[in-house]
Amino acid sequence: MNPQREDAWLYEISSKRKLIDLNFKEIWRYRDLLLMFVKRDIAASYKQTVLGPLWFLIQPLFSSVIYTLVFNNIANISTGIIPSFLFNLSGVIIWGYFNLTLGTTSSTFKANAGIFGKVYFPRIIVPMSKVVSNLVRFGIQCLILTAFYIYYAVYAGAEIAPNYFILLFPFYILLVWIYGLGLGMIISTVTTKYRDISILVGFGMQLLMYLSAVPYPMGELKSKVPEYGWLVDYNPLAQIVEGFRYSLFATENLHFSWMGLGWVTLLGMSLFFIGLILFNRTEKNFIDTV
Amino acid sequence: MAKPILLVENISKQYRLGYVGTRTLAHDANRWWHRIRGKDDPYLTIGSANDRSAKATEEYVWALKNISFEVQEGEVLGIIGKNGAGKSTLLKILSRVTGPTIGSIKSRGRIASLLEVGTGFNPELTGRENIYLNGTILGMTKKEVDAKIDEIIEFSGCEMYIDTPTKRYSSGMTVRLAFAVAAHLEPEILVIDEVLAVGDAEFQKKAIGKMQDISKGQGRTVLFVSHNMASVQTLCTRAIVLKNGEISFNGPVEDAITYYLKDENDSFGENVLEFEKGNHPTKENITLIRASIGKRGHKLTKPIKIDDEIEMFCEVETNDITRNIHVGFQFLDASGNILFMSQTRNANRQDLDFRKPGRLIFKGVIPEKLLNEGEFTINIYVVENTTALIEYMDALKILVAPMSKKIGERLGKSKGVFKTDFPWTVEAKSLNKESN
Repeated sequence: MNPQREDAWLYEISSKRKLIDLNFKEIWRYRDLLLMFVKRDIAASYKQTVLGPLWFLIQPLFSSVIYTLVFNNIANISTGIIPSFLFNLSGVIIWGYFNLTLGTTSSTFKANAGIFGKVYFPRIIVPMSKVVSNLVRFGIQCLILTAFYIYYAVYAGAEIAPNYFILLFPFYILLVWIYGLGLGMIISTVTTKYRDISILVGFGMQLLMYLSAVPYPMGELKSKVPEYGWLVDYNPLAQIVEGFRYSLFATENLHFSWMGLGWVTLLGMSLFFIGLILFNRTEKNFIDTV
Repeated sequence: MAKPILLVENISKQYRLGYVGTRTLAHDANRWWHRIRGKDDPYLTIGSANDRSAKATEEYVWALKNISFEVQEGEVLGIIGKNGAGKSTLLKILSRVTGPTIGSIKSRGRIASLLEVGTGFNPELTGRENIYLNGTILGMTKKEVDAKIDEIIEFSGCEMYIDTPTKRYSSGMTVRLAFAVAAHLEPEILVIDEVLAVGDAEFQKKAIGKMQDISKGQGRTVLFVSHNMASVQTLCTRAIVLKNGEISFNGPVEDAITYYLKDENDSFGENVLEFEKGNHPTKENITLIRASIGKRGHKLTKPIKIDDEIEMFCEVETNDITRNIHVGFQFLDASGNILFMSQTRNANRQDLDFRKPGRLIFKGVIPEKLLNEGEFTINIYVVENTTALIEYMDALKILVAPMSKKIGERLGKSKGVFKTDFPWTVEAKSLNKESN
C-alpha cells in the first residue's frame, strides 16, 4: 500500500454539520445508478399500456382544449395574435414539467423510505433522476407543441414566428429545474417529520397555477384587475411561464424584461442552494423520523 | 503498522420515544434557538439508557452510547448482543442509512450488507433489468454488472425467465435472483447480519454458506452479526459485545463469547429455587424447602455446557419420612413444550423405620450431551403415591451453552432439543458380481 492511500479515507460520517456537504466524487461514482433510475421510470411508466408514451401527449392536449374552451371562448381572455390553443398548450407543458419536478422531488424521502432505509447511495440521485426522466416526457410534449406551431404558422395563417429569443428556451428549462428542485427539496425536508406541508402542496399547486399566468397572459390580469398586478409581477413562476412563451412567440402582448429574468434567476439560485443545504442535512437522519 | 480500514470514534445515537406531534415541534424550535446562539443541543444531555424492559421515564433514549472500535483490513469482527442491544442501529449507522447523533466514522472502503436482498426491485422490469437496477443501487457500476451478469444469472438459476417481468416470478425466484446479485457484490467491507437471514430452509442454508465462504475464504474485511455463538466462534477472530447500547466487551472471540454467555445467563438463568421464611409451598404437611440445578460438583457454575453432567437437587420437609414421597423435574424447551419428566420413583430409598419428622434430600444426574444448547425451564412436582401435592411451575431455568469447538468443526447448532450421541457402527461390504 502506498503512503498516499494510507491517509485517504474514502468517506467520513460525522455528526458535525458542515454548511454544504456534497461529495461530488461520490455522486459521479453513482452516475450509472442515475441512468438506471431514469430507465426504470420511463420503462415502468408505460409498460402494459397500449398507447405507451402517447399518454404523455393526451394529458396536455386535453387540458389545453378545455382551457381554450373555458378561458378564451367563454371568458373571452385575449391571447393576442397567438392562437389560444397553442398559447394554452405551451403554458400547460411548461407548468406540467415544473409541477411534476416539484411533486416528485418533494416526496423523495417519503416515497423512497423503504429503499433509503436499507441501502446508502447519495440521496440527491433520486430527484436528479426524476428531473431527467421528466425531461424525456417534456421533450416528447415539445414535439407535439412544435407540430401545432408549424400547423398554425404555416397552414392556419397565424402571424407567429420564432426569432432569436428562442435561444432563451433552454435557459427557461434550466429555471424550471432550479425552481422545481429547490422548492421540492425544501418541502421534502419539512415533510419527513411534519406531514402537514405535503397536504398543502397537493391543492396549493393547483391554485398556484391560476396565479402563475398559465391560462392567460400577464397583461390581461394587469389590465383587468390592476390592483392585483403584484400577484404576477412578483411571482417568479408567472415570470417563468410568461418568459417561456416569449421565447417561443416573442409577441408584443407578452411581458418580458431582462431585469425580470435577472431577479428570477437570482432568486431561483438562492432557493436551490437553500434546498440543497436542507436536503443534505435531512438525508443523514430522516429515516428516524419519516 | 497498518491503519484500520474502519475507525469508529465515540458514536452515540439518540432516538425519541413516542409520537411526532406539537411537542416535537416545540423541541425542534428550542433546539434551533440554541443552535443559532451557538449553544449545544439541550436534549443531548438527557435520555435514558437503552434498556428495553425498563419503564420509559424520559422522552429520549440512547440506542447507542460512546461506541468506539476499529477494524483492520482482512479482519472478521463479530458483533454479539441480545435483541435490542443496539446491533441493528450500529449496522444502520455503519452502512450510512442513518447518521450518528454524536461521533464519527471513517472508512477506507465501501460498505455493503449482504442480506439487503431485492432492494429496489421493480416488478414491471424484467429479471435482467432488475439485476442492473439492483446492482447499481448496491453500489456497482454498470461495467461491473456487465462483467458479472452471466455469472449472476447462472447462480440464480432463473435463466429461462430472465427476460420476463419479475412480477410474474414466484416469490422464491425473486429471492434467488436478488440474492444472486447481492452475493456478487465486491465491497471492501461486508456486513453480514445473520439475524436477518430469512427465507426457506434451502435458501437460508445457501445464504449462510455463501456468507461463511466470503468471510473465511476470501480474506475480506467482514462485520459479522449473529446470535449463533458457534458460527461467531468459528468465523471471527475478535468480537464486541453490545449491552444496552454500550460496548461491554471488546476482545478475542473466545473471551467475548464466554463473557456474553455468562452475562446472559446471569440475567436469565435461575439455578437455585429458595424461599423466604414462611413462603415455602406446603401441602398436607409436606414442604418444598429448596431446589437447584447445575453442573455436577460445581452447582453454581454458569453457564452449563453441553458436555457437563447436570445435577438436580431437591429438599423436602415432612412430618413423617416414611411417607411415599417423590419429586419430579419436568423439563420444557424455550417454546414451552414438555420434553421429559425425571422422577425419583426408581430411587434407592433407605427409609428410617420409625415415623418422625425430617427432611428428604433428592439428587439426580442428567448425563452429559443429552440436552442440546438452548434455554430450558423446569417445573417441580412433589408427589405422594400417585397424587401431585405441590406443583411449582417455572421453578428453575437453565441455559445450556455449546461446548468449545475447534475451528474447522461443523458449524452451528444442530436442530432439536436433544444432543444425542448414540453409538453407530459402519461396515464395509465389497461388491462382487456373483452375489448380485
